[in-house]
Amino acid sequence: MTLPIFSPSDDPGPSFPGLLTKVGIDPSYEIARAGQNSPSLSGIDITHGTTVVAARSSDGVVIAGDRRATSGNLISHRTMRKVFRADRWSGVAIAGAAGPAIEMVKMFQLQLEHYEKVEGHSLSLEGKANQLSQMVRQHLPAAMQGMAVVPIFAGFDKRRQRGRLFAYDVTGGRYEEEDYVASGSGSIHARTVIKLGRGGDLDSDATVNLLIKALFTAADDDSATGGPDSMRGIYPIIATITADGFVHLEESDIAARFSAIVDEFTLPEEAIR
Amino acid sequence: MNMPFYVAPEQVMKDRADYAQKGIARGRSLVAIEFGEGVVLCAENPSRNLRKVSEIYDRIAFAGVGKYNEYDQLRIAGIRHADLKGYTYSRDDVDSQALANQYAQMLGQIFTHEMKPLEVEILVAAVGHNPEGDRLFHLRYDGSVTDEDGYAALGGEAEAIRERLAEADTSDLDLGSAVRLAVSALSGPDRSIDASELEIGVLDRLSEGRCFRRLENGDISSLLNS
Repeated sequence: MTLPIFSPSDDPGPSFPGLLTKVGIDPSYEIARAGQNSPSLSGIDITHGTTVVAARSSDGVVIAGDRRATSGNLISHRTMRKVFRADRWSGVAIAGAAGPAIEMVKMFQLQLEHYEKVEGHSLSLEGKANQLSQMVRQHLPAAMQGMAVVPIFAGFDKRRQRGRLFAYDVTGGRYEEEDYVASGSGSIHARTVIKLGRGGDLDSDATVNLLIKALFTAADDDSATGGPDSMRGIYPIIATITADGFVHLEESDIAARFSAIVDEFTLPEEAIR
Repeated sequence: MNMPFYVAPEQVMKDRADYAQKGIARGRSLVAIEFGEGVVLCAENPSRNLRKVSEIYDRIAFAGVGKYNEYDQLRIAGIRHADLKGYTYSRDDVDSQALANQYAQMLGQIFTHEMKPLEVEILVAAVGHNPEGDRLFHLRYDGSVTDEDGYAALGGEAEAIRERLAEADTSDLDLGSAVRLAVSALSGPDRSIDASELEIGVLDRLSEGRCFRRLENGDISSLLNS
């Protein structure tokens, strides 16, 4: 691997995908291009990730996702990660075709880091959201072939000193939401729970509990969403992003919160006939 | 027909070296010191924005003295090299020695083949998981590389600074004492340097992922006064 030096007119600047193109490594959008010329892939069972949610709290945002990946009607992975740290102040969660989605996240993380190192300061939250929007848009041809990737983006805006949420559609459309965002097959159920549970200004802890209830309900009503798996010790991934940065919740903490919900929903013995 | 004057190759090289050395000597110096919890890179730099010390990758930092636009171009090339390598293989496969070799090739190439050599001296510093894994590669304008042990000094006054560091006790340093040693080596006995004129970066041995961080003015003052 050589030292990439460019003439001023040829310099890719702080863009990492731009750099990849300049040095002749095709970025992940190969899949997108392949999609343009091939017949629909909808007949092929590719791995899909499902429900991810994020909501604003009084001191930032909370972002969460289940762990199940499905291929058609089969469960292909029980421990897939869909919630990722994008950089110190933001996180991204993905739903859709797992392969391209994970590659998109990798590229997004690298782009944020590369920009920060080359320029000496990080992108604004708005700039990060726009970068992700461009990546989703470049993936559109593959989305048309049945490999849609629909992320959600959440972060703490240091300039405005508040949490912010962004939802996307397959065309790269970017929509900032005030209270909550959700994506994936179980999102309709998760959204309803959050909508009904919101009220007042919830702090991080209460928001985490609300998202746990939302994921639990999504798993209850959507076969592609994984619930808490106490048998194998697999639980959804949850992270908070506040002025202190991105922090993953401890697995033991998440397990305890889920078991509280299970207790709440379990029928008393005398009610079981 | 005009014939160009013959100039002996020794003379050409000597002229280029003198030219580069003069350029480098105009700027202020910097030092890097290995200590228990990492590596500290300390530069005398009155500018808040034109930086001499910066991050390359998870455990690798860069420092340069001389002409700003030239070492900054090398810094960005280093970031690109490391990020491309990490993307193609894995984050664990990015190493400081390969980067130092690439820098050496480039500096040597420019020194022998271009009209003007680069008026820079650069340092590639890497922090290991234990002190034996620390690396300080000192690269000069002609592409020569030195693998420094324990500390390195770059810039016009490097020779004097190295002598001061050689006399100092560099065992059992923590961050505070490493910073104080670096600053006293930079300033010498006859003057003092204000915290606002210092630029300090640290590679933290015990950090996960990206180990580089900058010390803010306030942190520097409190370390210097403790």
